[in-house]
Amino acid sequence: MKYIAVGIAGMVGASLRYLIGLSFQHLWFYDFPLATFLINMVGSFLLGWFTLLLPRLKFLPPVMIPALGTGLIGSFTTFSTFSVETVELMIAAKWGITLFYILLSLWGGLLFSWLGYRFGSNKGRRRK
Amino acid sequence: MLSIFLVAVGGFFGAIARYGISNWLKGKYPSFFPIATLIVNLIGSFLLGWMIGANLGHSLQLLFGTGFMGAFTTFSTFKLESIQLQAEKKWKLLAFYLGITYTVGILLAFIGMKIGSSF
Repeated sequence: MKYIAVGIAGMVGASLRYLIGLSFQHLWFYDFPLATFLINMVGSFLLGWFTLLLPRLKFLPPVMIPALGTGLIGSFTTFSTFSVETVELMIAAKWGITLFYILLSLWGGLLFSWLGYRFGSNKGRRRK
Repeated sequence: MLSIFLVAVGGFFGAIARYGISNWLKGKYPSFFPIATLIVNLIGSFLLGWMIGANLGHSLQLLFGTGFMGAFTTFSTFKLESIQLQAEKKWKLLAFYLGITYTVGILLAFIGMKIGSSF
């Protein structure tokens, strides 16, 4: 049952990522892979937040914890696309953007994950 | 409409595959180090690179690339695990995890693309 729930949530996460990527094709014309970057930052924040929030929601069926975290957010964000986009920037010899993309994703992801984690734990303290 | 269906089907199996590998490895090798996410992200980077290099058709790319590999690999879990290592002050493991994921992930995507485009 958990596996099916993770799979269904994964369908939603992957589809959302695809749709956001599509819409950015009409909005963003620069080399920096903005769609993947924003998806990964938002997802890092949400997963950090969900990790502390979801287990505390009494009304939530236990199966929804891996479904929303591992399934939905895990599939929404992606590492493979990041790697391939980085290599494509390297092959195009766009070294400045390559370095910028790697460093921003490295530190930005850590920052947003940490912010989400903190956001979740602060809410918990206030409720007690 | 068909496009999003292909991505969704790929995402269904990609998420389940990641969850399965993660549960299996955590049961087999319980450790502080997030080995499952590392392996999944490295394999996924290689395979997506290979698919992009091989220039699969549009539909196959959506099903296996955007759908399956996109959902199989994960950025958010990678960052969350990094923050958890940081919270436990496991600095060496944290630096190792970040360093290996980025350098080997990008390298494997490159090798995958080269192999894919040469066949």
